[in-house]
Amino acid sequence: MTRPTIDLRPTTQPPYPRARPIHAFFTRPQVIALIAVLLVNWMLFPGFFTITWQDGRLFGSLIDVLNRGAPVAILAIGMTAVIATKGVDLSVGAVMAISGAVAATLVSSGVSAPVAVAAALGAGLLCGLWNGILVTVLDIQPIIATLVLMVAGRGLAQLVTEGSIVTFSDPVLVFIGTGSILGLPTPVVIALLLMIAATLAVRRTALGLLIEAVGVNRSAARFAGLSAGALLLIVYTFAGFCAAVAGLIVAGDIRGADANNAGLWLELDAILAVVIGGTSLLGGRFSIPMAVLGAIIIQAMNTGILISGFSPEFNLVVKSAVIIVILVLQSPLSARMFRGRSGGNSGKAK
Amino acid sequence: MAEEMAAPGGRPVLEAQGIVKIFGQHRALDGVDFTAHAGEVHALLGENGAGKSTLIKILTGAYQPDEGELRLDGTPIQLRNPLHGQSFGIGTVYQEVNLLPNRSVAENLFLGRQPTRFGLVDRAGIVRRARELLARYGLDIDVRAELSEFSVAVQQIVAIARAVELSGKVLVLDEPTASLDRNEVERLFDVVRGLRADGLAIIFITHFLDQVFALADRVTILRNGTRVATQPLAALNTTDVVRMMLGKDMAFEHHPSALAGGPRGAVRVEFKGIGRKGMPPFDLAIHEGEVVGVAGLLGSGRTEVARLMFGVDAAEGGEVRVDGEAVSVRNPAQAVAAGFGFCPEDRKLDGIFGDLSVRENIIIALQAKLGWFRALNHEDQIELAGRYAEALDIRAASHDMPVKLLSGGNQQKVILARWLAIDPTFLILDEPTRGIDVGAHAEIVRTINRLREEGLALFVISSELDEVVAYSNRVVVMRDREMVAELEGDAIAPEAIVEAIAGTTREARA
Repeated sequence: MTRPTIDLRPTTQPPYPRARPIHAFFTRPQVIALIAVLLVNWMLFPGFFTITWQDGRLFGSLIDVLNRGAPVAILAIGMTAVIATKGVDLSVGAVMAISGAVAATLVSSGVSAPVAVAAALGAGLLCGLWNGILVTVLDIQPIIATLVLMVAGRGLAQLVTEGSIVTFSDPVLVFIGTGSILGLPTPVVIALLLMIAATLAVRRTALGLLIEAVGVNRSAARFAGLSAGALLLIVYTFAGFCAAVAGLIVAGDIRGADANNAGLWLELDAILAVVIGGTSLLGGRFSIPMAVLGAIIIQAMNTGILISGFSPEFNLVVKSAVIIVILVLQSPLSARMFRGRSGGNSGKAK
Repeated sequence: MAEEMAAPGGRPVLEAQGIVKIFGQHRALDGVDFTAHAGEVHALLGENGAGKSTLIKILTGAYQPDEGELRLDGTPIQLRNPLHGQSFGIGTVYQEVNLLPNRSVAENLFLGRQPTRFGLVDRAGIVRRARELLARYGLDIDVRAELSEFSVAVQQIVAIARAVELSGKVLVLDEPTASLDRNEVERLFDVVRGLRADGLAIIFITHFLDQVFALADRVTILRNGTRVATQPLAALNTTDVVRMMLGKDMAFEHHPSALAGGPRGAVRVEFKGIGRKGMPPFDLAIHEGEVVGVAGLLGSGRTEVARLMFGVDAAEGGEVRVDGEAVSVRNPAQAVAAGFGFCPEDRKLDGIFGDLSVRENIIIALQAKLGWFRALNHEDQIELAGRYAEALDIRAASHDMPVKLLSGGNQQKVILARWLAIDPTFLILDEPTRGIDVGAHAEIVRTINRLREEGLALFVISSELDEVVAYSNRVVVMRDREMVAELEGDAIAPEAIVEAIAGTTREARA
């Protein structure tokens, strides 16, 4: 005789799914897309997955993808928080140029590298703060508020460099752009550390939840006693900081500051990386690691097209095709279709 | 029906029969009949959520009824959209004039059907015809000037002229006077009276009762999605109308004597001289374990008082004391810090975070109060959400599901739970039972009584008189943005509240 099983959980406490099974990670559209892009790259170039150890650092196409993708990944880290509040920051590319210009001009005029780096980061923080003030205090729509600095920022950078490309050979700055730590390229290490630090900062504090609350419903956030203004200032300032870091990397990489071209159009790649990472432009739920994954997908595509020998013009077309596929996979339509097949269990990408 | 016969105008033009409209589980309209006759002004009255706007949207084609039938001049019609409705002769003018402010008056009048000459827009013709048209409405203005240069009243009349030109059988005026001053209202009414004489069927929606009596011939009153009455206004007075709008029926339970004059605790919160532009300052003290109910019609300033109390709108002058100590309540964050909670009237817009989980929605105010650095850990969140979900009987399959998937009643309880979680001293509830089903309704009322017994001070706004009577120790009656009466103890009765609300409008008519 079998006794009926008794559920000992208190009835008032519904089951809380906490830990995600590992296979859930691999069924995310972003992860599937990354694997698919990497496999295509491998088919085009059989040596794609080959990684070698030379002169105390790792070499290979995969490392190259990470290294080249680092600036956009870093921008995406800051952009994720901004987009989660239902905003956007178009100025990050220009802020990269400003940061690079400040660092390059200072070191080439004899200032020590740590001071130059600090000044560049400070410039980025100020730019971000400026955006934040436009958005919160003056209540300007984020897309317009940050457009101001997107346009003006390059002008500022040119004023700093006095219109020329300032080159340098300072070992610290060059190390930031091209060095390696424990075998990994410095940009990759910086991106990784920044990702971990930002994720901990939003998830170990209540910052993440409050950002999501402001993004989901700003009015309700106000009624619940949240100070949306302070949060927005933090978020835009952080985006400016991230842009300054990316600007240092790019400047260090080319050993110079090019006010016209440094970070050009990268704000769009960063936005794309965030969206591919599953954060809605309508704000709310966000994931910094997934946005970084999005940046890697974008770079993997760029690299794939380059090594396949296609002309770079194909890059944009192929990129947009892949992006459409990813967005369709994430769309509510395909979520409904997927749910229909798997029996009503809504798997919400988070 | 006798009252249908008493219609002053002629034949029925637009008839709606047995209209049912369901949103999710909520029956916004439940078998409503409505008839507009030629040559009458038919007022449509009801509090928020009564179904007024849903009915209007069905009459104009913006919504399609789930059940029931529309007939125009006796012929059944099915309206696909407002444009389709317009082609049948049903035109609408809204509170916010939805014309193009940056185009000329003449262009607005003929937009989409410009007279042409040799395939080109006949500008001179437009101007001439616009002048002729507006002359009939007693409007002599430069029709070439941009619409935005004129007052809202003139814009309203232009909108009416356009609607009548396009449609010409039925004219729906949806809160047309909300932003007009007294003279402008008179001018608008003259226009409407002229149209009535021309034989148009006019449906007039407003929340100004005196305007209903000044203009309308008949009135239909809706309440909770059903029709309470359709009657000629000549046979009614303001008190009758208010009673029909607010009271289910006047025979319901008396004020519970337990609440009458019972011992009150000390003063919990005190508002002195709190007011702002357009909202005269008020004084109010609320005691521990006391529910102050607020009654008044839509637009009487009920919600404005609540917003001032919670700092949603910053007060200009005045002071707030909690347990005798002066506190600053310049914004909601300060109100929360002072231990206030506010369940707003518009749950969806100002209350819930639809995409966030039930658990997050419950802990958010406490988290905001703690600040972002002192995060509630996951276990604490689960415990808190569990405790308050149980206390308020929130029914959700999981506390990790998005709150937008819950029913209206459960969402309201989630917001209540959010405030209970901060261990409040003072709670403001604005229409806590609006748009939720009957079962949840009774639960909310029970909860209010329980919170009072636990010593909370509550300020509860409601259009449901029986509700207000059932839980209030004191009832404040609002009219024209002022607290005009305060009822206490045995004086709290639906009839007395209706009298107090109707007060001014009756005097105005006398």
